[in-house]
Amino acid sequence: MEKKVQFELNGEKVEVAFEENQTLLWALRTHFKLTGTKYGCGLGYCGSCTVLWDGDPVRSCGIFLEDVQDARITTIEGLATNGELHPVQQAFVDNDALQCGYCTPGMVMNAVGLLNQNPEPTREEIIAGMEDNLCRCGAHTRIIDAVASASESMKGEPKL
Amino acid sequence: MKADKINRLYFDTVDSPPVQFDRREFIKKMGSGIIIVFSLSQLAFTKAFRGKDDEEYPEFNAYLRVREDGFVDCFSGKIEMGQGINTSLAQVLADELEVSLDRVNMIMGDTDLVPYDAGTWGSMTTRFHDPLIRAAAVEARLVLIELASEKLEVPVEQLEAANGKVVVKSDKSEFVTYEELTEGKKIVRGLSEKPPIKKPGEFDVIGKSFLRRDAVEKVTGKALYAADIQLPGMLCAKIVRPPAHGSKLIAVDTSKAEAMEGVKLLREGDFIVVLHEHPEVAEKAVNAIETEWEIPPSKADDETIFEHILKTATEGRVRHSGGNLEQGKKEADILFEEEYHDGYKAHASIETHAATAVFEDGRLTMWASSQTPFGTRQEISDELKLPLEKVHLKQIFLGGGFGGKIYNQQAVEAARIAKMVEGTPVQLMWSRKEEFMYDRFSPAAVVKINSGIANDGKITFFNFDTYCAGARGTDPFYNIPHHKTTTFDGPGVHPFYTGAWRAPGNPTNTFAREVHFDIMAHKIGMDPLEFRMKNIGDNRARRSMQVAADKFGWNTVKLPEGHGKGMAVGIDAGTYVTIMVEVKVNKTTGDVKVLRAVVGQDMGQVVNPQGTDIQAEGCVNMGLGYSLSEEVKFDWGTVKNQNFADFQLPLFSTIPEKIESVTVDAMDEPPQGGGEPAIVSVGGAIANAVFDACGARVHRMPLTPQRILDALK
Repeated sequence: MEKKVQFELNGEKVEVAFEENQTLLWALRTHFKLTGTKYGCGLGYCGSCTVLWDGDPVRSCGIFLEDVQDARITTIEGLATNGELHPVQQAFVDNDALQCGYCTPGMVMNAVGLLNQNPEPTREEIIAGMEDNLCRCGAHTRIIDAVASASESMKGEPKL
Repeated sequence: MKADKINRLYFDTVDSPPVQFDRREFIKKMGSGIIIVFSLSQLAFTKAFRGKDDEEYPEFNAYLRVREDGFVDCFSGKIEMGQGINTSLAQVLADELEVSLDRVNMIMGDTDLVPYDAGTWGSMTTRFHDPLIRAAAVEARLVLIELASEKLEVPVEQLEAANGKVVVKSDKSEFVTYEELTEGKKIVRGLSEKPPIKKPGEFDVIGKSFLRRDAVEKVTGKALYAADIQLPGMLCAKIVRPPAHGSKLIAVDTSKAEAMEGVKLLREGDFIVVLHEHPEVAEKAVNAIETEWEIPPSKADDETIFEHILKTATEGRVRHSGGNLEQGKKEADILFEEEYHDGYKAHASIETHAATAVFEDGRLTMWASSQTPFGTRQEISDELKLPLEKVHLKQIFLGGGFGGKIYNQQAVEAARIAKMVEGTPVQLMWSRKEEFMYDRFSPAAVVKINSGIANDGKITFFNFDTYCAGARGTDPFYNIPHHKTTTFDGPGVHPFYTGAWRAPGNPTNTFAREVHFDIMAHKIGMDPLEFRMKNIGDNRARRSMQVAADKFGWNTVKLPEGHGKGMAVGIDAGTYVTIMVEVKVNKTTGDVKVLRAVVGQDMGQVVNPQGTDIQAEGCVNMGLGYSLSEEVKFDWGTVKNQNFADFQLPLFSTIPEKIESVTVDAMDEPPQGGGEPAIVSVGGAIANAVFDACGARVHRMPLTPQRILDALK
């Protein structure tokens, strides 16, 4: 019998049929057509597939669909509200904190998760919090600046 | 395009091959507006001048169009992979055509919409593409002024273009907009012989910093990469791979995979493919295929490769020479003989090679992560025996390239699969393991240097033999009376593919030369900067050292115990680059932390200063990897790196706390390369700083903690 799972995706209740070992990453990309969440390594090393689960950053390549029942998942596509960029997105734009842009959605989601957990991180805490997200273009320097300036501008913002 | 052909083009010439399409047909398809056609290669450049061609339209391989709505489309075969040309090319166009930047629309790398281009590599876009776009924009501006002159009945001398309008100089309230001038027209022109492009003092947009134009798309997840194309009914493909390069398939049993529900199996000889709607199921199915392979015997591994290179790379070619080495030896007071090693490096873009394709009605449409859309089209046309016009590569963003996406094996594989399942869209995205296996690595290399100096620090001779790193970066910019540079290569040297990696071979050559310079300077107790200044020949190289030294405070900076400073100078893509770094070395563990890096570049005119800084920062951060931690491990054809866990990219905690980018003020000189140069001097600067910090002289990259500890013994 076909198995199904229900969860909240970017504020909407969704249901999807799944097969054994199917991951959240590929369901987002192929079923929901939310392709902002990227494949980079498939084993959780690079972080380009990062999404939020109840506001905490997780690697969607290592999450099986069967485990997301009733979870609240936010992807990069669910971050901007009413056409207005989330402060972290805006900070990435303003700081030119990206080049090829492929790791960017994962970086942004990880940063949002980091700021959910620690709204006013020190520079060292930003580095530690972003450490496991890889960037090949070498945009790290400006990403650190972007997260710091987002923290600054987000004072008092509600969490995601 | 075949790799050897690409390499020939890449290493030996910057000229694009001639136009390969029917110009008359192409121009018919272009639509209306004012269209300026131009050629991107220097060679063909002259042919795109008006009046030099017998035909109705000159040869061209790029064009811009002022549309009837006043917006400007620029059609170019270049692609955007993070280097920012989508912004910098639009800047020069906006400046010369007098339109605002947000009215410029870049259409890039779509083989049906843009004319032929050989590919995006070699830091060539700003050097060779940019001057032509400027010229074309000027041409368009002149056409608009002519049209305005007729319309307003005012002589052209009394008119000027400004902000999307042509205005009467003496009465700015009298004007006509570009929209009004282009409406209902189709005017096609080539370039004037000497288009009156702006001089540095006249720039409005060039030389100013602009944020990336593609940033909003990229931070919202809307930017589309090759595997983001999701077509109805699309199947994901996985291919059966051998355990090692050069393996032969002995036996295969596909029965278990075929028994899996919904799995489609395809086979053409050794090319065995499974397809499924879900990539996880396709993956499971491909793993269920039992295979037996014959693996070729090992000739070398990552430790013995250097010996193997010296034995097999025996075909020498003298690249530069001057004076007489024997004479130089006689004049020397101190002789040096050293050997330097560098390992294979992966490109390791975060986006793996990917392609989405559909074959229908005898026509293949594809979105591929490729730095060479036209080369890919050619390869697919050859492989599937399809006419070129039946293969269409669409515009797409690239998730990093660095030379690794000049080669398009995944696109040919996807094309074959698409043809086998005609009508069904397919997607092939390499796994990280496949990416490490089929990447065309930067080659392992050996450099042997013999040199001599007089007691006063003048170099009397320099003999540079480089094995497998090529000639890039070896231009003799030091003033050495007796010198010779020879490159060596040979067939069968490497166990797997090698290719162009950001400034191909140059990081290796620059590391060897600049470490050697450091050794010579220290031998006579001379400051490394003073030693280089004493021997420098080229003035632009000197200027790059000077701006870096001033910023770094080379002569004044006081470093704490355990810290060290180092420098290296290099040349790449017409740009001179000096890097100075401060490092901290832990003598117990061998760990190196780069604390600060200064990048001083003489790159001629700077179009987007912030874009330049970002490329410099990116080069330093990426360059830390090849310098300190990245190394391909292998036993002949078996690549042992399978994921990022065993190929250590730089991290947020390992990048320098501070990177400062400075450029020589040379706005009146032609613009030079910016995407690659700054990476070439990173390794040498770090190696020299490590020596300064702790006395470990390491002759091999990457400088792993163990190699530093070994050198300290």
